[in-house]
Amino acid sequence: MAGSKRQIQEINAGSMADIAFLLLIFFLVTTTMDVDTGLMRVLPPPILEDVPPPPPVNKRNVFVVLANSADNLLVEDDYMKVEDLKDAAKQFIIGEPNNPGNERFPEFKVSEDPLIIKYFGANYPISKQIVSLQNDRGTSYQLYIAIQDQLATAYSEVRDQVAMSQFGKKYDELKESKSKEDNEKAKAVRKLIPQRISEAEPKEIGG
Amino acid sequence: MQIRKKGKKTVPPVSTASLPDIVFMLLFFFMVTTVMRETSLKVQHVIPKAKQVAKLERKSLVAYIHIGPPLKPLQSIMGTEPRIQLDDAFATPADIPTFVESVKSETNEAEVPLLTYSLKVDVKTKMGIVVDVKQELRKANALKINYSTSRAIDKVVEL
Repeated sequence: MAGSKRQIQEINAGSMADIAFLLLIFFLVTTTMDVDTGLMRVLPPPILEDVPPPPPVNKRNVFVVLANSADNLLVEDDYMKVEDLKDAAKQFIIGEPNNPGNERFPEFKVSEDPLIIKYFGANYPISKQIVSLQNDRGTSYQLYIAIQDQLATAYSEVRDQVAMSQFGKKYDELKESKSKEDNEKAKAVRKLIPQRISEAEPKEIGG
Repeated sequence: MQIRKKGKKTVPPVSTASLPDIVFMLLFFFMVTTVMRETSLKVQHVIPKAKQVAKLERKSLVAYIHIGPPLKPLQSIMGTEPRIQLDDAFATPADIPTFVESVKSETNEAEVPLLTYSLKVDVKTKMGIVVDVKQELRKANALKINYSTSRAIDKVVEL
């Protein structure tokens, strides 16, 4: 109606803050900010019956890590502390390319992979290393994770060394780099030093 | 002559008009960052520490398997030995294939190969139960796993 202007009363916004506070506190309480982190692993596929067993591996190519139920570590037939495992594994993974006759370290082969030939040359010796990890059912999870961590650190440090000497950059830098070429270099390093951690079926030997 | 009047000088009250705005800003921040906890934990675990940790991306593609001793109030029924928790209930290793199937059926088919199974295991657990879980996961063709660990701050992994 044309003439009659009714004044609408303003809504009191004073309690708005209270309502917002209530909601805020709710979300404050329910929120979880933690980012999940962990060690990524891929399990071997299930064993099929009609598949022939893999060819036997030369013993000198295998770095044997055993953990018993008393959380003792036996590495290559020697008692060892977990803290020392990284350096021992590193030594083994690098091996002695100049002295292939040494029985303590793995054998070497020459790869035909085009990526490796492109970045490392045709005659670059590649270690046939494998790390074998066997634990008892009584081994503590803490020790198991510590071993896994030490081995992963050994691999990443060896990769860093190789990447540093060949490309002047660390492996992680190459991998996370924006440039395609760097990513390819990282792939070549990965092919050169594959992370081979084989886990044997656990035993129940106790001790 | 007095320039200023002696006595009470009234300070003008601080305007609270912008308070709702500030609170709303905080509210929206928390609303956006919040992730609702889907399951209530029935087991307690202290997660081990490691150096070589990787971030778990895409939480919608992660299924959790908790292993640890039951919570204090539940210990009178369940005992103190480490147990497995899947979703909201205690389980045995034999329940894992069903769990994997249900997780897979809830996921978009194209993303099933990207599913990660995060093992949240208490440090004091023995490997036996973890090995059983791993074997069942293998049989169920759930091969991407993640041992949940927090990042160690110091250089030495303590035991």
